[in-house]
Amino acid sequence: MRTSFEWIRSMVPGLTEDPKEYSDRMTMFGQKVEFFTDLSKDLEKIVVGQIVSITPHQDSDHLCICRVDVGQEEPIQIVTGASNMKENDKVPVVLDGGRVAGGHDGTKTEGGIKIKKGKLRGVESFGMMCSIEELGSSRDLFPDAPEDGLYILPSDAPVGCDAVKYLGLDDKVIEYEITGNRVDCFSVLGIAREAACAFSLPFKPALINETGVNGNCADDISVTIENDELCKRFVAREIRNVKIGPSPEWMQKRLRSQGIRPINNIVDITNYVMEEYGQPMHSYDYDQIAGKKIIVRNAKDGESFTTLDGEEHKLDPDMLLICDGEKPVGLAGIMGGENSMITDNVTTVLFEAATFDGTNIRKSAKRLGMRTEASGMFEKGLDPNNAILAMNRACALVEEMGAGEVVAGTVDVYKEKKEPVTIPFEPERYNEFLGTDISADEIASYFEAEELSVDREKKLVTIPTFRQDLLCFADLAEEVARFFGYDRIPVTALKGVTLSGGISEKDEVLDIARNSAFSYGFSEAMCFSFESPKVYDKLLLSEDDERRNAIKIMNPLGEDYSIMRTQTVNSMLESLSLNSSRRNPDARLFELGKTYIAKALPLSELPDERDIFTLGFYGEGDFFVMKGVVLDFLESAGIRGDIVFDPDSNNPFLHPGRKAEIKLSGESLGFLGEVHPTVLSSYGIRERSYIACVDIEKVLLNRDSSVRYEAIGNFPASTRDLSLDVPKGITAGEIEAVFKKYGTKNLESFSLFDVYEGEQVREGRKSMAYSIVFRAPDRSLSDDDVNTAIEKILKGLSDIGVELRK
Amino acid sequence: MIKDDLSKIVSQAREKILSSVDSNVLNDIRVAVLGKKGELTSILKGMKDVPEDERPKVGALVNDARKAIEDALCEKRKALEALELSRRLSREKIDVTLPARRLRKGHPHPNTLALSEIRKIFTGMGYEVVDGPDIELDYYNFEALNIPKGHPAKDEQDTFYINKEILLRTQTSGVQVRQMEKRKPPIRMIAPGRVFRADEVDATHSPVFHQVEGMVIDKGIRFSDLKGTLEGFAKKLFGEETRVKFRPHHFPFTEPSAEMDVSCFKCGGKGCRFCKGEGWIEILGCGMMHPKVLSMSGVDPDEYTGFAFGLGLERIALLKYEIDDMRLLYENDTRFLSQF
Repeated sequence: MRTSFEWIRSMVPGLTEDPKEYSDRMTMFGQKVEFFTDLSKDLEKIVVGQIVSITPHQDSDHLCICRVDVGQEEPIQIVTGASNMKENDKVPVVLDGGRVAGGHDGTKTEGGIKIKKGKLRGVESFGMMCSIEELGSSRDLFPDAPEDGLYILPSDAPVGCDAVKYLGLDDKVIEYEITGNRVDCFSVLGIAREAACAFSLPFKPALINETGVNGNCADDISVTIENDELCKRFVAREIRNVKIGPSPEWMQKRLRSQGIRPINNIVDITNYVMEEYGQPMHSYDYDQIAGKKIIVRNAKDGESFTTLDGEEHKLDPDMLLICDGEKPVGLAGIMGGENSMITDNVTTVLFEAATFDGTNIRKSAKRLGMRTEASGMFEKGLDPNNAILAMNRACALVEEMGAGEVVAGTVDVYKEKKEPVTIPFEPERYNEFLGTDISADEIASYFEAEELSVDREKKLVTIPTFRQDLLCFADLAEEVARFFGYDRIPVTALKGVTLSGGISEKDEVLDIARNSAFSYGFSEAMCFSFESPKVYDKLLLSEDDERRNAIKIMNPLGEDYSIMRTQTVNSMLESLSLNSSRRNPDARLFELGKTYIAKALPLSELPDERDIFTLGFYGEGDFFVMKGVVLDFLESAGIRGDIVFDPDSNNPFLHPGRKAEIKLSGESLGFLGEVHPTVLSSYGIRERSYIACVDIEKVLLNRDSSVRYEAIGNFPASTRDLSLDVPKGITAGEIEAVFKKYGTKNLESFSLFDVYEGEQVREGRKSMAYSIVFRAPDRSLSDDDVNTAIEKILKGLSDIGVELRK
Repeated sequence: MIKDDLSKIVSQAREKILSSVDSNVLNDIRVAVLGKKGELTSILKGMKDVPEDERPKVGALVNDARKAIEDALCEKRKALEALELSRRLSREKIDVTLPARRLRKGHPHPNTLALSEIRKIFTGMGYEVVDGPDIELDYYNFEALNIPKGHPAKDEQDTFYINKEILLRTQTSGVQVRQMEKRKPPIRMIAPGRVFRADEVDATHSPVFHQVEGMVIDKGIRFSDLKGTLEGFAKKLFGEETRVKFRPHHFPFTEPSAEMDVSCFKCGGKGCRFCKGEGWIEILGCGMMHPKVLSMSGVDPDEYTGFAFGLGLERIALLKYEIDDMRLLYENDTRFLSQF
């Protein structure tokens, strides 16, 4: 929302603050000023001049020499390259030492351009005649300005006077951020009312005179509303003997400050009233209205209609039409029709000020792809009681400006009158709620200033209908707060019971994951939750892989962001790929993020959101580094049981010989592995990469964070080294499972210290050497004890084809 | 005779000891003089030729000689050891300015860094950290927050929908409702979480970002408590000298509502490039819980009042660490991440 500062001041005559002070105060009062623009920025010493004579320049084809009366004793000489002027024309002239805002091509120069007297091709020039662009404005707002050339002023412009002022460029434009609840503030009147309250000044809107002579509007037009849900009110008035012409300068100036291009008196009046009252209006050529009637009805399916911009639209039955006796003449609240639009030849005009349902207008405008200024206003949900005020204001302007004769009487179809609501006046409660101590008198004075009426006896506040935002005590407390000043409300500490607070167990485990990752050099990544459905193929997932059952977004930003991820591998590979493509020599990343797993598709209930700890790296390190990080995390998180790495893992994006499922008592906690070379190349990663995913939920279910001390054995340990001859297909995990199974209760630990394949080892075999430690808590073990255990182990090993090396 | 021999042995040995330069030579001397076949030992062997009554005297002389030699050896050994140690120490001198060998540790994401500060401040004040789902029901994201059907904020252009009832949450405020349904007041909670808006990716927008929601409900909670709490928070997060400003604003689920600005923590409020000359930086939105929101979630607004606030985590991270492009947060370039 923007307003002309001059317009505001006209309604709040006591306002003396400068735009900066005004902006600050309005912001603290609840109408945030985003910024303000000084239309006269960089304009200095610019006056109205009249061209006395034009003579050609001897040394130039395109320059000529003008003598211009600028209200000084003698006309001044100005050399110009313009050619659209003739003698006696009046133009804006910047004098020697003055300043213009920019070039005539419309580009603005920061700080403006200083104009000094000088010689042009040897002829002295004492200033410059200006185009509208050089004055910092545009042909948009001054449609009578030529496309390329000087701006010719009206012939009655007083020579020598300040041209900036004359053109209304001495105004400031204030830009506000109006919050959605204050529909009344999308109008100059509404803002001015707020300004009056903010500065405790009287509010003086323009008085509306009674209008109308001769006849009765109701004899000339009837209005029927077929859908009073979507059209709450329709007000019509008639103007006869319309004399189309330009609107007065004062109106044009204000419209320009509002960023609206002046067109003609009738159109300008409806635009002016829309700005002033926030009520869109429409004018029809009465003579084009068949059957002297207006019918407001829903469109028929497939009905088509041509709006006044010449576009034809296909309509649907949810859209509302304004029709005459035969045909549609307007798309309600969006745009009028070509068939009834105002032309220069119009003699009788029908004004419409109606109230349409905001949601319906928004949806219709959206479906039609034509959001207009009017539809934008109706969307907010307007006060029907405002429609009559706007109508009468428009008619008063018609009379005042002599634009036509207003016919007496009004046609006003308004089935369900919106009445003001009353809510209790509860000053103590506001104070309790705010932590303030403001007297009831003062509170009442706040309310009255903004036109709420307070009945102190009945303890009731009556809310005018334009304040749709005031419905309950909290709303009134906010009014109290902003009148009193948010900055004056005390600052207090919370009372009441102390709560222990803290973080959840899940957050604790996530922190443990972070710390494990940090200690191995992994930095934390963050990735989007949605991705492209193409990633399944990139990850070599089979057609029936469950991970293809992703939740789709109805209105994604594009296919690349259209499904909620069911795995985190793609995000990690994308991140590694980015690092690889930027030639980072190594990268270690982890992510704590969610996957979204639908219970059924299409989604009928909320999906499972699983927190996944994903690690990925390339550069120094191998599979076993990743395995180490994973184990370290699981151990820190309190996983106490035997963690098994099962090479049988259904993750086709991993190297088939270098992957494992991470299992605890048969249940998978996640997986890890080296990334499949095919996948690496489709992600454009040049280096071998490793990835691991752990499901945090599974960790939470299986963790035992209690810590118990176990006595340190006082009796000596017995260590035996076994050098084993192992079939190539047997894994360390299988051998170790035998140790655990047969090692007796005295088996304390074992460790692999050598693996060897090659010379001295038979084809299809490998050599593995383990050191096994036995210890009993209560005695020194005898050789026999240990030998028995070793024998059992060897027997168990021979079952899987493992022998002692000879 | 023996006496002469002894003093000769001692003086010769002493001479050798004094002139020796390493401990091996000392050892040779020890063997040569005191060893089994050493000079002194052979003299002892000649004791049998000494008359019986002189033997104790001679024995004492031999012992004196042995002691003298041993002392000399010991002294020399200590001197040599000291010398050797000092040589070794000077030999082992290193260039301490050579690069350190360090474990390369990983780094937290700037969002995490900012969140952990925020989390620390609020858990210290007795707030519980809770969460809610990213994929949310329309009811929790909008309706229960007093954003009824047909409200422009629900428009498709802002919200990602899965279907008519299910969407990607656009704010963490839905967690307020879930918590009120789940537990009885008093409640003090913060809910950090991921939110989604249909914004194209650029330097200041991301379709995925994070918010931290906060809510307090109890008997007698006042707007002044909201001011006190958030001012305290701002001072802890940005420094004790930080000033705050509450501006009126509007959110459908709070009333009165406000936006909180903090004095620019780069220039202290004088106005700089960082705060665009304003001296103030907008940090969060807040307000008193709307009575309608309370009662919709089963909390009696006549008995309880409360306040809520929400802040953008990325905004805090970008401001605090002077990151000028939001895209950096989701690229995961290790050269960026390793700075935090």
